[in-house]
Amino acid sequence: MMAAQRAVIPALAALIMCLAVLLALPAALAQTVASQSPVTFTLANGLAVVIIPDHRTPVVTQMIWYKVGSADETPGKSGLAHFLEHLMFKGTAKHPPGEFSQTVLRVGGEENAFTNFDYTGYYQRVPRDQLATMMAFEADRMTGLVLKDENVLPERDVVLEEYNMRVANNPDARLTEQIMAALYLNHPYGRPVIGWRHEIEKLTREDALAFYKRFYAPNNATLVIAGDVDAEKIRPEIEKTFGQVPPQPAIPSARIRPQEPLPVAPRTVTLADARVEQPMLRRYYLVPSATTAAAGESPALDVLAQLMGDGSNAYLYRALVVDKPLAVGTNATYQGTAIDPGQFSIAVAPKPGADFTEVEQGIDAVIANLVKNPIPAEDLERVKTQLIAQAVYAQDSQTTLARWYGAGTTVGLSVDEIKSWPDRIRAVTAAQVQNVARKWLVKTRSVTGYLIKDSTPAREEKRS
Amino acid sequence: MKCSRTGARYGLLAAVCFALLCFATVPSFAATKIQHLVTPGGIEAWFVQDATVPLVAMEYAFAGGAAQDPRDKPGVGHMVASLLDEGAGDLPSKTFRERLDRHAIELSFTIERDELRGSLRMLKEHSGEAFGLLQLALTSPRFDADDIERIGSQILSHLRRNSTNPNALAGRNFVKLAFGDHPYGHPSHGTIESIPTIKADDLRNYVRRVLAKDRLKIAVVGDIEPAVLAKMLDQTFGGLPAKGDLTPVPDIMAAKPPQSAFVPLDVPQTVVMFGGPGIKRHDPDFMAAYIDNHILGGGSLSSRLYREVREKRGLAYSISESLLWMDHSGLFVGTTGTRADRAGESINAVKKEIQRFAENGPTPKDLDDAKSYLKGSQMLELDTSSKLATGLLQYQTDNLPIDYIEKRNSLVDAVTLDQARAVAKRLWGQGLLTVIVGRSLQAAAQPAAAQPGAVYPAPQPAAH
Repeated sequence: MMAAQRAVIPALAALIMCLAVLLALPAALAQTVASQSPVTFTLANGLAVVIIPDHRTPVVTQMIWYKVGSADETPGKSGLAHFLEHLMFKGTAKHPPGEFSQTVLRVGGEENAFTNFDYTGYYQRVPRDQLATMMAFEADRMTGLVLKDENVLPERDVVLEEYNMRVANNPDARLTEQIMAALYLNHPYGRPVIGWRHEIEKLTREDALAFYKRFYAPNNATLVIAGDVDAEKIRPEIEKTFGQVPPQPAIPSARIRPQEPLPVAPRTVTLADARVEQPMLRRYYLVPSATTAAAGESPALDVLAQLMGDGSNAYLYRALVVDKPLAVGTNATYQGTAIDPGQFSIAVAPKPGADFTEVEQGIDAVIANLVKNPIPAEDLERVKTQLIAQAVYAQDSQTTLARWYGAGTTVGLSVDEIKSWPDRIRAVTAAQVQNVARKWLVKTRSVTGYLIKDSTPAREEKRS
Repeated sequence: MKCSRTGARYGLLAAVCFALLCFATVPSFAATKIQHLVTPGGIEAWFVQDATVPLVAMEYAFAGGAAQDPRDKPGVGHMVASLLDEGAGDLPSKTFRERLDRHAIELSFTIERDELRGSLRMLKEHSGEAFGLLQLALTSPRFDADDIERIGSQILSHLRRNSTNPNALAGRNFVKLAFGDHPYGHPSHGTIESIPTIKADDLRNYVRRVLAKDRLKIAVVGDIEPAVLAKMLDQTFGGLPAKGDLTPVPDIMAAKPPQSAFVPLDVPQTVVMFGGPGIKRHDPDFMAAYIDNHILGGGSLSSRLYREVREKRGLAYSISESLLWMDHSGLFVGTTGTRADRAGESINAVKKEIQRFAENGPTPKDLDDAKSYLKGSQMLELDTSSKLATGLLQYQTDNLPIDYIEKRNSLVDAVTLDQARAVAKRLWGQGLLTVIVGRSLQAAAQPAAAQPGAVYPAPQPAAH
C-alpha cells in the first residue's frame, strides 16, 4: 500500500528489515554462473563505473552512488544528507522540477533514492533505449541543482512526516535509535540517518546547497549500470554525459571520521511507551565491518549471524522458542557493509510474561555454547549453502546486483572482492566462527535495549 | 523471498506425452515463450523456460483463501498457510526445515482473500528435493500440537503489535467499514480471540476443502526441461483430491459512501485510509479505471494526489491509491500519514482533489502519459524469474488468456478520453469511505470504538 517512496533509510533496520538483510551481506555477490562478469573503469574526471550485463530483458538500471552519507554531516546538522537526497528531485537550471521524474514515468520506468551512513544513491530502471536520456539527466543533476525556498520548505515538512512515519509512530524504531546512540560513543554512526528531529526542523536551503557543492562531484561517485547493455558501446555515452562534469579535487579521497574508543562497559537502554503490546529485547555489539575486519573475520561474522539467527534451525530460535517457551521470534544480523566498524545485532520478542533476565541468559548461553563447543559440521555446511545460494538468487535481479556492487564499492571493497564473496564464505572454518564469536560478542562491546509498555498514566507531552 | 519469510515470521511478526502449446514472444525474457503445459496427469501450468540463472521459481494458487474461514474462526486459512511448511509426513518440523535449509530451498505460503498461494524457489540441482518436500507439505501436513502452539503464539504476537499500529488499525477498520459482515470484512489473519480456539481439526478441514486440483493455477519460470517439470508437477499435485469443497461467497458491493470512522490512538502521525466501491476485473471499464487510478494516485512520484498533498503542501511523506479487485467485489483504497494538527487539512486536500478528478476526469495529456507509462512498465514488472512467475499466476487467477501480455497494450490504447472521464465520475464521484486513526480530531468523523486486535491487510494488485 505504500508504494513509491523516496528515501529508504536502511539504517533503521527495525523498520525495513528486508533491505537491511539484503545490505547486511557484505555485498555478497555472485559467483557468476551464467551471467557475465562486471566491467569496471574510471573516467578522467574520477567517476568510477561498474557495468553488470544481463541480457534477459531489454531493461537497464542506472544507479549513481555518492560517497557521502549521514556520517559525513557536520555535527548539529544531522539529517542533511537525507534532506538533500529529497531535494535532488527539485529540478536543475536545465530541467524544471518534475521533468526528470515525468520522463522516467512516461517510458514506464521506475525511480527512487536512498540514504545511509556512508552513501546516498539514486536510481532509475527503464527500457534499454532510454539509458542515454537517463544519463544526461543524472549527469546534469550532479552539479546543476537549483533550490528555492518555495520547494525546499514544504519538502522539509515532508521529511518530518517521514520521520513521524518511520520513527515517531513506531516505538521499536525509537528504541533502535537509542541503542545506536549508546553503541557509538564517538563515531557519527550514532546519529540517526534521518537526523534528530530538532535538527531536521532547522535545516535550510543554504545548508543543503553547501553540502551539495561540497560532496557531489564525479570523483566522489560510482556509476553502476546493470542490465541489457554492452560495456564497450555504452562507454562513449558515459564520456559524453558524466565525463563532461568537472571534478572537485578538494574532496579528500579518504573518509576519516572520529573513531570509537575501546568499549569498556556494557550499556543498557530502556524505552517505555504506552503503545507497546509486544516487548522486545535487542542487543547490539560493535564489530568490525567488511572493510575494517582482519582477513576472514567478516565472512565468519556472516556465517555466525546465519547460524544464530536465520530461520527456525537457528541456534537462538531453537534455544528460546522451541526448547524453552521464552520467546515468539528471534533474529541475528551482521551489518558489515560500512567504512567504519559495524554492528552484530540480536533481537528477541519475548512471550507474554517472559522475563527479560531469562531471555538474556538464554542468549548468553547460546553464545557461550558456540564459543566452547565445536560447531557441528552439518550446521556449518547448511548455513554456508544458504548464504552462497543467496548469491545465485541475487543474479535473478539486476537491481539487487546493482545494489550489492554499488554498496560494496562505495564503502571501499573492490569488484573482485565482492564477486568472490561466495568463495570466502565457502572457506570459513568452524574455528573461525568460534573465534569471531569469542572475540567480538563480548558484553563490554554491547548495548542491550528493552522495549516495554509504559503503564504510567498518560502525561502531557509536547505535541508536534 | 527470504526477506518476506523473515518479515512474516519474525518481523514479528507469507511425462512422457504432454501437450505443449507455444504462444508468442513475451516482451520480457525476449527470447522466450510462454508455454501452456499439460501434464500426463492433467495438471496445467504456464511455463517459461530460461537458463540464464540456474534456478527455478514456481508460484501457484488454490482458490479459497481467507474468505473460506469458518465464520466464527477468522484466521484458519492464515494459520494453515503458516503451518504447511512446519513438518509433513514422517518429517517433524525441525527435520523438514533442515531439509529445506540444507538445500537453500525457499518454500512458503500466504493467504489472500480469495486464494491460498504458494511459492517455491530452488537452485536447479535441488529441484527433485524441492518438489518432493512440497508434495509432502501439500498432501500430508502434520499440524503437530506444539507447532500449532508455537506458530499460534507468533501470530498472536503480530496481532498484539498491530493492535496499536495505526496503519494496521486503519486497514482493519477500513475493510470492516466497506464490507461489514461479509467474509471480505473479516480479519484474514484472525483475531486475538480466534487464534487460540483454532485446533488441528480446523486446519485439516480447511486443507481438505481448499487444497484440490480443480481450481489450482500454476506458473513456473526457470532452468528446467518441460518433460522433467511435467513429471514433477504430477508427483507434487497429482495426489490431491480432484475437487475442492468451497463455501459459496456472495458478491458484494462495498458500503455506499460517504461514511467515516475514527479510531483514537495517541500517535504523532495520523493515518488516513480512504476509498470506495471499485471495479471488478472483467468489467468492460476496468482498463479505463486502472488508467484513471494511475493518474490520480498510482504509485508514482507524479500522481495528482502526490503533487497536491506532498509536493505542494508538504502534508505527507507517503500518499498513494490502488485499485483492488477480488472475485466478488472491488475497491479503490488510498492511504496517507499526516501530522496530527494538520490532519483535517490533509483530508480536505485529498477530498478536493478526488472530487476535482471525478468532475473533470483526466486531461488528454494525462491520458497519453498514463498510457505511455503502462505500456512501458509491463516489461519492468516481469524482469526476474520470480516476478515473471508471479505475473503469470496473476493473469491466471484473473482468468485472462495466455496471450494477454501481448494483447494488453492494445487494450490500454483502446481507452478513450470519454470513457476515462465517465469512469472517473462513476468511481470517484460518490464521496469517500474514510478511516482516521490518530489523536482526537475536531472533524466531523463519528467516533467508532477502537477494535484493537487484528489487521486485514489489503491485497496488493499484481502485474498486469
